[in-house]
Amino acid sequence: MPRPPRLGLAVSAAVLLALTACSAPTANPGTGNGPLVVATAGEPDTLNPVLNYGVDGGSLIFDGLVARDERNQLVPALAEELPSVSPDGQTVTARLRPDVLFHDGTPLTAQDVVFTYRAVLDEKVDSTLRSDLDMLASVDAPDEATVVFTLRYAYAPFLQRLTLGIVPAGALAGQDINKAPFNRQPIGTGPYRVASWTPGDRLVLAANDRYWAGRPANNGVVVAFVPDDNVRAQRTRAGEFDAAELPPKLATGFDAQPGYRVHRAPTADYRGVMLPMGNPVTGDVAVRRALHAAVDRAAMVDGVLGGAGEPAYGPVPPSSEFADPAVAGTPTADPATATATLDAAGWRPGPDGIRVKDGTRAAFSLMYPAADSLRKELALAVTADAKKIGIAITPEGLTWDAITPRMKSDALIMGYGTPYDPDFVSYKLFHSDFAGQGFFNPGSYASQVTDRALRDGRAEADPARRRAAYATFQQQLATDVPWVFLTYLEHTYVLRDSVDGVVARVEPHEHDVANSIWWNIHTWTRRS
Amino acid sequence: MTERIRRRRLAGAGGVVRRRLLVAVPVLVATSAGMFALGAASPIDPAQQYAGAAAFTTSEENLAQIRANWGVDDPLPVQYARWVGNLLRGDLGWSTSRHEPVVDVLAARAGWTLLLVGAALAVVLVASLLLGTLAAYRRGGWFDRGLRASAYAVQSVPVFWLGLAAIAVFALSLGWLPAGGLTDITATGTDPADVARHLILPVGVLALSQVPWFVLFIRDSVADSLRDDHVLAARARGLPGRTVLFGHALRTGLLPFITLIGTHLPEIVGGAVLVETVFSLPGLGAVTVQAALGSDFPLLAATTLATTVVVLTANLATDLAYAAADPRVRLE
Repeated sequence: MPRPPRLGLAVSAAVLLALTACSAPTANPGTGNGPLVVATAGEPDTLNPVLNYGVDGGSLIFDGLVARDERNQLVPALAEELPSVSPDGQTVTARLRPDVLFHDGTPLTAQDVVFTYRAVLDEKVDSTLRSDLDMLASVDAPDEATVVFTLRYAYAPFLQRLTLGIVPAGALAGQDINKAPFNRQPIGTGPYRVASWTPGDRLVLAANDRYWAGRPANNGVVVAFVPDDNVRAQRTRAGEFDAAELPPKLATGFDAQPGYRVHRAPTADYRGVMLPMGNPVTGDVAVRRALHAAVDRAAMVDGVLGGAGEPAYGPVPPSSEFADPAVAGTPTADPATATATLDAAGWRPGPDGIRVKDGTRAAFSLMYPAADSLRKELALAVTADAKKIGIAITPEGLTWDAITPRMKSDALIMGYGTPYDPDFVSYKLFHSDFAGQGFFNPGSYASQVTDRALRDGRAEADPARRRAAYATFQQQLATDVPWVFLTYLEHTYVLRDSVDGVVARVEPHEHDVANSIWWNIHTWTRRS
Repeated sequence: MTERIRRRRLAGAGGVVRRRLLVAVPVLVATSAGMFALGAASPIDPAQQYAGAAAFTTSEENLAQIRANWGVDDPLPVQYARWVGNLLRGDLGWSTSRHEPVVDVLAARAGWTLLLVGAALAVVLVASLLLGTLAAYRRGGWFDRGLRASAYAVQSVPVFWLGLAAIAVFALSLGWLPAGGLTDITATGTDPADVARHLILPVGVLALSQVPWFVLFIRDSVADSLRDDHVLAARARGLPGRTVLFGHALRTGLLPFITLIGTHLPEIVGGAVLVETVFSLPGLGAVTVQAALGSDFPLLAATTLATTVVVLTANLATDLAYAAADPRVRLE
């Protein structure tokens, strides 16, 4: 909807031009002057990596020992080179890069790294990361530039856990980390330092002139926190943001908007139906296989996701080097296979069209968090597809506290996923050791083949053997179908055309300040 | 009215205030204890809320350790005694959903909510008194009919929608006002002029959403009192129309209006929560919702207590104002 240029805008643009011309006659036209402004829905609770801020990297304020490049491959960051792993896989040694300074000017030493990891392991610290580092026995600094991690057991993807941002020991030692002012005014080594944070409003980041990897290409970043999708879309339309995360259906409105482009970032963020073994209907593998065949994933991608996604057949995303292409099925529904499977297993259509076996009706409840409209629509789509093959699903929108106690016996639309290592989420979700433990394997799926494959996957150091283990794992899941995987999502962003340097990488489930499309914003520039 | 008469009318005020304060203490104790019991009965696990999406990768013992650090698994009386003890020492506690002291949450946000509510209330009062009285004066005329029709229309529209519509018109189409936020997104401080410009739309929308009630009330009230004996008498004495309208009829109609403001205050605060969401304002609204969802008792208790104090004060002020305005009411 083009409008004639307004006088006010023209005047202010002219003033702005005049001002910039006066103040910075030699300014590089590529860098632009004002900060880049990005908008996101999710606001971090704290900015301390120990308390779960930006633990997978891309945190803008902090660096880990290692970082991830645009293909999510590990590259050295605060470590001079990728840390070395001992032959038994239980000792990991990192050499620190020299001359790294924290934002307050203090130099980075091995003590800071030791402090960071010991803080996570400290039971007095309210960190949920401890669960991810249960393999870590101790961390020590034999000298100022060396850090040694000792593991309880060989854990192949341990280096992937070293993206955790390093905090300065001097700024936190002796304090209650849970309540330290540092959590709101943090000091890191990253490309930006925190200028101010107004919770509920915005986070202002200023370029770190002494960044070890080179000064950022722009002067700073403002992250606006706008939780409501419609409001964020309207403010984007009003021209406030250089980049904004928007749901697919709102983002497509910008395809035709001059000056903006829509960017779709692939993710490892899947949605699926968890089918509990404790339910007489979903506990039957024939029912699970039939559902797997009966769902129309292509229709869900088009209809529910507005095209921003792709079909999912397992928990390892297609972008992962561990993905096994053999488990991919047909994106459209295959009701013939589904009905044949049910017929063969003795599920016969009853008088009302719903199948019955030994007096049990093929009917079950499918729960979803009521506030999540995407999961609701997926639940309804699954319900409709199941009805076509004679399975009656009752979708139930509930709150999490109502869902949690029923997960052992009622199906649930769940979502998670990480692009980094198949061990990260899948081990707890599908290993029988975790059967029935809260959100870990809530359906009590148990398979010795899966258990062994998952254990091999984390213990084996050799990439080829890991790949083989995870291929076995994915095939066994496809056979047992403890979940019917539905779709991988795409995260959609609207970007100003004048912004350069944007590189989308495969994103995890969680993305806000950290790990969104602006993971590399320190290299972005804006043409004026 | 002479100074002496007014003083005599408010003679009992000190006693009333003292008695109300005495009543306030058990009310506050009951409210906070009730909050506590509700929080304890809630099935929501605050540690799981705290973990957020990480709850899917956090082990049960990890969560149990966090709960132990917070002491949220202690018996209810122990938790309540600890909270009251801290309160008496001036410590409102630690907000588990915001990860900062409750005092800091209130200090950073309550001001913006108060500013929003206060400004909106002022606009509501002025607009409804003026428009309501004018409509009553020309009862049945085109102004009256138009005003009533639009009041009903606005009343039936959700605040949320009003906000989005206002943004669409004034921020997007006309470009006159910013679409949201407290300041310009790249501003380095909170410049009062900048904040004022950003508050025009939110205050306007909140006021607009609350005005219909008050306008209709004033209109009916003034229209009724225009038929009262003393007003008819004033008219019969040949006093000018404006004097009769504002000096006699409106003054009579004002009395119940004071009560209406007192009872309507919670609704305006409720509207403010929605308006804060639509205009991305860092007020108390969003954090209160978050606190409720996350079983963040210390923050919930603080906001509830603050609201209770405001309501009790508003009631007291209403009664005192009544005594000052109506000669028939005595404070004793």
